[in-house]
Amino acid sequence: MQTADVIIVGGGIHGCSTALHLALRGLKPILIEKDYAGRHASGVNAGGVRQLMRHIAEIPLSIRSMDIWEKIQDLVEDDCGFDSHGQVLVAEDESELAPMRDRVAELNLRGFNHEELIDAKELRRLVPAVAESCPGGVVSRRDGAANPAQTTTAFRRMAERRGARIIEGVRVDTVKRDGGHWYVTAGSEVYSAPVLVNAAGAWGGKLAAMLGEPVPLEVVAPMLMITSRVPTFIKPVVILRGRKLSFKQFENGTVMIGGGYLGRAYPDTNETDLDWTQLKNNARTVWDLFPIMREATIVRAWAGIEAKMPDDIPVLGPSRKHDGLFHQFGFSLHGFQLGPGTGDTMAELIATGKTNISLEAFRPDRFETADIGDKHEH
Amino acid sequence: MFKRATNHQEPAVQITVDGLPVTARRGDTVSAAILTAGCVEPYRYTAVNGTPRAPYCMMGVCFDCLVTIDGIGNRQGCLIPVSDGMVITRQNGKREIES
Amino acid sequence: MSFPESLHAAYDVIVIGAGPAGLAAAATTAEAGLRTLLVDENSAPGGQIYRAITTSPLKNSSILGKDYEAGNDLVHTFEKSGADRLAGCTVWSLDRERVVGLSCGGEARLIKAERVIIATGAMERPFPIPGWTLPGVMTIGAGQTLLKSSGLIPSGRLALAGQGPLLWLYAAQILRAGGHIAAIFDTTPLANYISAAPHLPGFVFSPYWIKGLGLIREVKRVVKIVTGVTRLEAQGKNKLQTLVWEAGSRTGSIDLDVLMLHQGVVPHVNLAMAAGIKHEWDDIQLCFRPVLDESGNSSIKGIMIAGDGAGIGGAESAAERGRLAAIDTVANLRPDALAQIPSRDNVRNRLAQTMRGRAFLDHLYRPSKVFRIPQDASTIVCRCEEITAGEIRASIAIGATGPNQLKAYRRTGMGPCQGRLCGLTVTELMADERGKSPEEIGYYRLRSPVKPISLAELASIPQDETAIKAVVRG
Ligand SMILES: Cc1cc2nc3c(=O)[nH]c(=O)nc-3n(C[C@H](O)[C@H](O)[C@H](O)COP(=O)(O)OP(=O)(O)OC[C@H]3O[C@@H](n4cnc5c(N)ncnc54)[C@H](O)[C@@H]3O)c2cc1C
Ligand code: FES
Repeated sequence: MQTADVIIVGGGIHGCSTALHLALRGLKPILIEKDYAGRHASGVNAGGVRQLMRHIAEIPLSIRSMDIWEKIQDLVEDDCGFDSHGQVLVAEDESELAPMRDRVAELNLRGFNHEELIDAKELRRLVPAVAESCPGGVVSRRDGAANPAQTTTAFRRMAERRGARIIEGVRVDTVKRDGGHWYVTAGSEVYSAPVLVNAAGAWGGKLAAMLGEPVPLEVVAPMLMITSRVPTFIKPVVILRGRKLSFKQFENGTVMIGGGYLGRAYPDTNETDLDWTQLKNNARTVWDLFPIMREATIVRAWAGIEAKMPDDIPVLGPSRKHDGLFHQFGFSLHGFQLGPGTGDTMAELIATGKTNISLEAFRPDRFETADIGDKHEH
Repeated sequence: MFKRATNHQEPAVQITVDGLPVTARRGDTVSAAILTAGCVEPYRYTAVNGTPRAPYCMMGVCFDCLVTIDGIGNRQGCLIPVSDGMVITRQNGKREIES
Repeated sequence: MSFPESLHAAYDVIVIGAGPAGLAAAATTAEAGLRTLLVDENSAPGGQIYRAITTSPLKNSSILGKDYEAGNDLVHTFEKSGADRLAGCTVWSLDRERVVGLSCGGEARLIKAERVIIATGAMERPFPIPGWTLPGVMTIGAGQTLLKSSGLIPSGRLALAGQGPLLWLYAAQILRAGGHIAAIFDTTPLANYISAAPHLPGFVFSPYWIKGLGLIREVKRVVKIVTGVTRLEAQGKNKLQTLVWEAGSRTGSIDLDVLMLHQGVVPHVNLAMAAGIKHEWDDIQLCFRPVLDESGNSSIKGIMIAGDGAGIGGAESAAERGRLAAIDTVANLRPDALAQIPSRDNVRNRLAQTMRGRAFLDHLYRPSKVFRIPQDASTIVCRCEEITAGEIRASIAIGATGPNQLKAYRRTGMGPCQGRLCGLTVTELMADERGKSPEEIGYYRLRSPVKPISLAELASIPQDETAIKAVVRG
């Protein structure tokens, strides 16, 4: 039997970040990953590092993350491919711009100033290629994008260098609690620690259910496409509000097209199917919005397996059933940016027993009442 | 780089490559026509480092034969037969992207 | 070319690839009355081996040889069978529900079939030597394609390097066409003659024996041959100028305009892998091949693989494997029509005959490690993203464990060829470096589109009821 201070299940950006931050606080974590670190959502996502349009409850975590992203090289000795050319939410017409105005005003009232309303002129300056008819939008200037596989791998590597043990290729099969300790069986080995972190991503719901704390998690397969290299024409990440689109051109000229269209997920076999009838709509939106892209070719497409909660915010923080159990999953298609700050927050919570970031909105038992609360603007 | 082994009977097809007139034969692929014309070398430059390349496999596998045909970029010249009046432009890779 | 009006919204059988396997399979299912569609990205039927069989300018000459003419019968039978054919049409996706993504003349469609037979054949094994990306260096298969479809032979000084039956066949064809070959560099490892010897009896009775020896003799009479070659390096500034070679302790260099490389063919796995079909490492043929039952059924229900894509067997066995797949299809979809088509036993027997001698060829022409796993750090492995063997080794040293993890460090396999020309090299290089088997290391995870599709084509997919019903499930 191997013992540690904390056992983390799942080697995505969240598991790896928590492992690193625990190790930095002098604790000895063991991270167990059934495939390899970054194999799933964390290694294949769109790499969007976005504070823009986040649920209000996520903003403090997102800001904490952003502070880490901006010094990511110092933390993991890798630039993670991070650039901050901003993210822009484009309004396609006046009716889309109105609610944006309201949201920015509300954020300002609450003391958040990262989102800025922009007019048609500033929009055209930031995104010259966008269709003439767009009246404006919102920009978050510190936002940007990073290389997800490179990032997750860098966190994994640094966690190991700081003393975390990373065990890949074995699945956690059973978990037992006895005398204040967790006993976790994975492969032919038993691991024991007083604290357990469920960072199992799309499989987090299964693990939570096994521990007697079920949540209504949906396993989904968001799809992405990437084009051949086209002349450089856009720096920030662009997202749409009405029609689904996220759009990012890399330094090498290739363009990533996403927006949350879903394929089919088979979490038991790690497989996904692309749904081209959906991706076709994605292509149409680009065709309409960026005439310059009409000649581009799609060279690759893929989908990742991701967890989605009914209210699109994660299950995060202490269990309501067991001492020594913490959940960190269900990031609902936008958890990559949150990885660094959430790992830091979890490590703080585990090491010191508290954190000044409110995790109330993320309670695992919030779904037990029929009323889920206000669905956030998205 | 290539020449015709026989005086074959297929009708001639007129195309242009980077504005230069090239006579091909019906049944030639775009890549075959360019490799025989000789007047355009190298065949293309890569988008990554701007190094010169020419078709490698001629069977649709390697993508080293990419050209712009009638305004549409990144087409596999080794799979597409020539037709009269086709306008072919070579791809200058990195330089084009950074322009 | 675009989609014809007569194209149906769904088919009983879609056959992908119009080489011998695909032609034979489609002809057989159509003869049994199944609604069959044959698609191929080339404009003429024939596949690699019978390329341009209906259109070649050399058709009636003795240059290409008698075996090539055998393709005529296959095309004839196919044309009489009543199957639909889409030429110049690329299959860019296939999923486990047997929905096939097609693009043709700037438009795209999604069409569903009860059965899909993948007959996409083989491709030439990567041959990563220093300088293999220079203009002037190409594959022997490329040379032969230019010869068959356009009657073209290299101008200037030509050398061939590598090994395998195709090398000798092409050399003979070039000589017959009036071409000149400055030298042939034979890379067959000398030890292979010993490991192949036990399989010689099977080979002596195969048709390849006499034909093969005859070809080699024909070529050796006029071309300088260097045997036991252990290193090749193509040099030149903006195009090939010189080939530097080593054969054990002998070394030399030769000025060239064209160098053609070949070290055998491997199954073209991209479409099958993207559909999710299970593959395994074949340690004799040194490649991944799909896991199939005797008829060619894959791990996904309703998707079959026939021909060289199922494992290398050559043209004659490809046609028989195409027929076997078709017979299984008819047995499942229209058993009462079985009497109209050849019997399973007959086809099986003929297949066994065509496979005689295969083991000998597999062992004799098993390429040597130095030409599969580049030793020079500067040799480019991934041609699309221009990534060298040295860069890959450096990534392994800091933690990359397999081809997919490597993508966190380098863009290997992420260019337009989607790993076709670096996949095997990367797997074998990583296996070698990490002391693991290629099976343990695995291959790139492949996804559709297996061929690039333009944004315009994708956006053109019709909002058609049947197409949508066929794809949206659950
Ligand atoms: C296509 C796509 C695009 C996206 N784009 C963005 C974006 O632009 N910006 C953004 O912020 N977010 C984005 N996201 C969301 C983001 O990727 C995820 O929210 C985030 O990566 C979740 O991280 P994770 O660590 O919770 O999950 P994961 O990365 O899925 O990690 C969980 C790990 O747990 C392992 N595991 C599960 N069960 C067990 C077990 N029993 N034993 C051992 N191991 C186990 C799994 O193998 C997996 O590796 C996107 C997601 C996808 C799929
Ligand atoms: S020459 Fe290789 S794809 Fe065309």
